[in-house]
Amino acid sequence: MNLSRRQFLVLVPATAVAWQYVLAGTPRDAPNYQLADHWWGMLLDITKCIGCGNCVRACQAENDVPDGYFRTWVERYLRTDWNLTTPEVISPDGGKEGFPTAEEVKDGMYFFVPKMCNHCADSPCTQVCPVGATFITPDGVVLIDQTYCLGCAYCVQACPYGCRYIHPTRHVADKCTLCYHRITKGLTTACCENCPTGARQLVDLKNPNDPIHAFLKTHDVHVLKPEMATGAKAFYNGLDGSVR
Amino acid sequence: MGGVEGYMYPNEINLYWSVLIVVYPYVTGLVAGAFILASLVRIFNVKEVAPTYRLALLTALAFLIVAPLPLLLHLGHPERCFEMYFTPHDTSAMAMFGYVYIWYLMAVLLFEIWLDFRHDIILTARSSKGLKRAFYVLLSLGSNNTSEHSLAVDERAGWIVTLIGIPSAFLLHGYVGFIFGSIKANPWWSSPLMPVVFIFSAMVSGIALVLLVYMFTTRARHREIDMPCVDTIARYLLYIFIIDFVMEMLDLVHRIYVADESFRSINFMVHTKLYFSQIVLQIYIGTLVPLILLGIVQVTRLSPSLRKAIYALSAALIEIAVVSMRWNVVIGGQLFSKSFLGYTTYKIGLITHEGLFMAVFLTLLPLAFLWVLVKILPPWPELKRGMNRVASVTMP
Amino acid sequence: MKNFRDSEHLLRFAFLFAMVLALFLIVRHFVVPKSFGEYGHYRGAAIGETAARPIHFAGQSACATCHTDIAATKQAGMHAGVHCEACHGPLAKHAADPASVQPPKLDTAVLCVRCHAASAAKPKNFPQVAAAEHSGGLVCETCHHPHSPAIQSEGAK
Repeated sequence: MNLSRRQFLVLVPATAVAWQYVLAGTPRDAPNYQLADHWWGMLLDITKCIGCGNCVRACQAENDVPDGYFRTWVERYLRTDWNLTTPEVISPDGGKEGFPTAEEVKDGMYFFVPKMCNHCADSPCTQVCPVGATFITPDGVVLIDQTYCLGCAYCVQACPYGCRYIHPTRHVADKCTLCYHRITKGLTTACCENCPTGARQLVDLKNPNDPIHAFLKTHDVHVLKPEMATGAKAFYNGLDGSVR
Repeated sequence: MGGVEGYMYPNEINLYWSVLIVVYPYVTGLVAGAFILASLVRIFNVKEVAPTYRLALLTALAFLIVAPLPLLLHLGHPERCFEMYFTPHDTSAMAMFGYVYIWYLMAVLLFEIWLDFRHDIILTARSSKGLKRAFYVLLSLGSNNTSEHSLAVDERAGWIVTLIGIPSAFLLHGYVGFIFGSIKANPWWSSPLMPVVFIFSAMVSGIALVLLVYMFTTRARHREIDMPCVDTIARYLLYIFIIDFVMEMLDLVHRIYVADESFRSINFMVHTKLYFSQIVLQIYIGTLVPLILLGIVQVTRLSPSLRKAIYALSAALIEIAVVSMRWNVVIGGQLFSKSFLGYTTYKIGLITHEGLFMAVFLTLLPLAFLWVLVKILPPWPELKRGMNRVASVTMP
Repeated sequence: MKNFRDSEHLLRFAFLFAMVLALFLIVRHFVVPKSFGEYGHYRGAAIGETAARPIHFAGQSACATCHTDIAATKQAGMHAGVHCEACHGPLAKHAADPASVQPPKLDTAVLCVRCHAASAAKPKNFPQVAAAEHSGGLVCETCHHPHSPAIQSEGAK
């Protein structure tokens, strides 16, 4: 516990400059970040999620998400043996404060499903925006231009996953940005940073060394509602057929 | 969370499209319907309904002026609305609607009304003084030519505009239907029949409205209601309403029989939260009753006063049916979760800016506009100029 | 030119139409943001604006730059995969100015249970306890050091 040593380290010019660069700047000004070199997505591992709600709280802290609205949330499924397609689902306050204790059931199975914007490559929400206020960036992230959005909520209606909402005080559409302000500076998203079990992994499909490529070869990975043909890039490992 | 049964995605608990989005397709539909009635006279040469021709055009205009207001009030940032025109997104049905709206307002409705009333405007300008004269000169755009040939040119141009206007009216309301029908995420909306159903219900509501306005204004001016005129309108109303009803039932029967993954949700909703507005109001009271009443008139010989009463009642019920239909589509489509696992409740505000009073106000506001328009441009058939010219449309 | 004189009023309306159109195009020229259409049908500058939003979580590597000892302890234990801010909260301000912004004290009674309280919904291989029976009222860190929670580990000071 040597505070002066830490202070000294922070003041080492190289570290300080690097951190200043992390705190401010735009991707186009950053020499290291090229829009064309990335294609972002997210891997969500249902077999690892413990429903602690860390991701939901971290997202709220990082992105100033208003109470009662969610850029990410966690659902708890109970799929009984009697009906494999109609599960019982809860998500109290988006799972922000965790879940009530579940008792073992003989004829059913519990599991958690973290949800977020799927950053679809063929996104229905950007398709319907009348003015081009929501769009897919060249690096594959669906963003909202808060200074341009009319707040018509057409995109909210068009999203099959319920990921969008109208911000109660800004009156514009809002949703997950895949922590675009972080990933363009070499950091991971707030939810991935704070997931204690590694159930969420930021994925860059254009990076040949990204572990996702090996993971996809050996795991049973699906996207939500594939019949919607949205080109979803939230990849789920261990996704049960009852998840909607 | 109040009003939630089962599971909703947490962002779905609030409805984002309020009762104002119910008013918007209803008002837009009245425009399209009223215009189609006017085109019956001009293009399809149904001379009996000529007394309502100009009234129908002014009604369409009054409602068209109000049509964007509910949308505008609903926007989170109404001050940014012109972005729809400056940077319209070509894949968005809503952006294209903006252009169709302007096209319809400027190129079709205003132009047609101007051509049709130009003679009257000039005559009024000539016979008045001062500010009133200046106003009518402005309305005439400075044109002062009332020669026979120039009026014939008006006729010809008006005929062409109406011809363009019919597909434009279909486009206007078809687009409204497409806004909903193209949302694949929502099975209650996603249907290729949606634009068709919207167009036919629009025609029905617009024709019924003009019928009501005509009967009311004629009586208020202590004139005789032209029975062949209202008989003909009622006949067309019945035919188009049958098509509309068949289309809607086709959609419903298809959903029930196919029973896809969304069916359990929708079936439950129709039997509970939408039971009153869909089954009772829209189908029983708003559709079956007027269909039977109008059908009885066709196969029996009733006295004129009884027929008038039936027409007025049927038209009023039809308006209820069409408002309910819009409600069931817009609100109904947001009551169930896209997870198909739960339902929420729409809590309608009363005096909020998206509340019930605002909705009623916006629905009635066009009638005030109509009153003003009628004062400026009297459409009454007994003012002979209008009658004669409409009757001579077929003249090349 | 009798024909023209009798149809010139149509031109008046067309002129009105053209005026509105011209006005629209002029206004449009000035109103549409400069970067609109740079990458697609949207304001290109919005990408940079989104990227410039403030960061709240500094990230594991920023913490490890200074806290090398704790990072090493943690790396050797069961909590290697748990990043610092997952428990300590968002500390980018602390990373930017370590002297003046200090992280808040943590309450292990809340924190540990959040993840480790037993529930049938959690993956079976995840360590979980019925908190009330497990410790007999003792706080977690009596036996488990949060940075290296396995009991045999004496590495943490």
